[in-house]
Amino acid sequence: MKRGLAVYAVFAYAFLHVPLLILAIFSFNSSKFAVWESFSLQWYRAVAADANLIESSVNSLIIAVVATVVATIIGTLAAYGLWKRGSQWLSGSLYLSLVTPEIVTGASLLALFQWIFRFAHLRLGMHTVILAHVGFSLAYVVVVVLARLRSYDPTLEEAALDLGATEFGAFWRVTLPYLGPAIAAAAMLAFTVSIDDYVITSLVAGVDSQTLPMVIYAMARRGVNPALNAVSTLVVFGLGMLIILSERLRKT
Amino acid sequence: MRLRIGFLAPTAILMAITMLAPLAIIVVYSLLTRGAYGGVELPWTIENFTRLWDPVYGIIFVRSFWIAAVATALCLVLGFPLAMFIARSGSRKNLYLSLVILPFWTSFLIRTYAWMFLLRDTGIINSALQALRIIREPLPLLYNDGAVILGLVYGFLPFMVLPLYATLERLDPALLEAAADLGARPWDTLVRVTLPLCAPGIRAGAILVFVPCLGTYLTSDLLGGSKTVLIGNLVQNQFTASRDWPFGAALSLALMAIAMVLLFAVRRRGEELL
Repeated sequence: MKRGLAVYAVFAYAFLHVPLLILAIFSFNSSKFAVWESFSLQWYRAVAADANLIESSVNSLIIAVVATVVATIIGTLAAYGLWKRGSQWLSGSLYLSLVTPEIVTGASLLALFQWIFRFAHLRLGMHTVILAHVGFSLAYVVVVVLARLRSYDPTLEEAALDLGATEFGAFWRVTLPYLGPAIAAAAMLAFTVSIDDYVITSLVAGVDSQTLPMVIYAMARRGVNPALNAVSTLVVFGLGMLIILSERLRKT
Repeated sequence: MRLRIGFLAPTAILMAITMLAPLAIIVVYSLLTRGAYGGVELPWTIENFTRLWDPVYGIIFVRSFWIAAVATALCLVLGFPLAMFIARSGSRKNLYLSLVILPFWTSFLIRTYAWMFLLRDTGIINSALQALRIIREPLPLLYNDGAVILGLVYGFLPFMVLPLYATLERLDPALLEAAADLGARPWDTLVRVTLPLCAPGIRAGAILVFVPCLGTYLTSDLLGGSKTVLIGNLVQNQFTASRDWPFGAALSLALMAIAMVLLFAVRRRGEELL
């Protein structure tokens, strides 16, 4: 049985990883077609020369960084507050945001924004995208940080208070350092869900706030495009580097 | 205690803006009439909900359920042995586990696109089979329900493996030994001891896979083509091309209601996430 499981696992891991590997290999293929011709960097040059791709990548990075910083800070505070004493309302709405299908989140946010725009001279743009991204990544941050707090010993904080620390001082100098790794993990999660989101973003983005997933999606819908293999490889490689880096940071 | 209120306030405000207010708007819109130029108008009506019973949409709901159910079942069947393998792999557990989590960190959109690259008519599978002279005409692998199910299984398998692993990991090996000592064959032990004890993990995994699959938009749009219209695509269409916001709102509420009912149906005490 053990041997059978190991053989099965090889196939399962191949299923999970080989598709992206093939995509990466063929991004270096000189031919447009799915038959190997020779090694070439022409599709990477095509990506570098595509102003649309570069601009949307910059947009995506700005949105993801801002949304991650905001969601991580206020999500961590909320997790701490919820750990002190639960709030049915807040937990309920965070849970709701986790289980709401993306398409519903996006459509309902669009409906809200359009309704607000009736009274204010505003338009869809980076601000609406960032607001949406903070909204949907908050619940992830709270879940991750709260999980870490569950294994935290509250007497540590009580000790700090007994030794004369203020309530905030105890949080800042005792609890927060303990939460460090969980906060880093939460930020990573918020960043990856933000940089990858297409469904919600496409509904609340304006003409000047096209993100990389939106451009990739439009390219994919049009079908064959070797430059897309190169973009995909770059994104997967970039995210991979980020994961390795954050693992390193967490260990030191 | 005042500190706690201050800590909760920013998140509470943001959830009110990005979650509760949009939901309230959707509820109101679902009861209004479609405007002449998109938008919404009075009078109040429940027509958007009665339209949900139209067989045209009924078929779409049934198809979405069917595809999500098949994808979930496949994730369970494929994920269980993998979770078992990881749980029994001793010191290498973390490595094997991170190999399952890794795709979860890389882009879902790009992983879906990878399957377009593999499955399309001039894709690698068809090209290879043609080069080997096994087939003459390309097989229609992309733009059908099978491709959508494949994409969903590929995308959501980690969501099934992780909770299964978590329960298998905590399983007391003494129970399995006891079953063996009492004469159970490995298969009997699996079906009558391991599986029932894994019920919480199976429930959690099934929900984590089924709910997003039911509302899928991206996978069905890219891998299913125009033929595969599921609830998610229908909702998207109402808010964009069709510009029928009230009906889109009613559909959204129906989709959420289904998800909520399922979540409450399988929830047990002590399994809360938040």
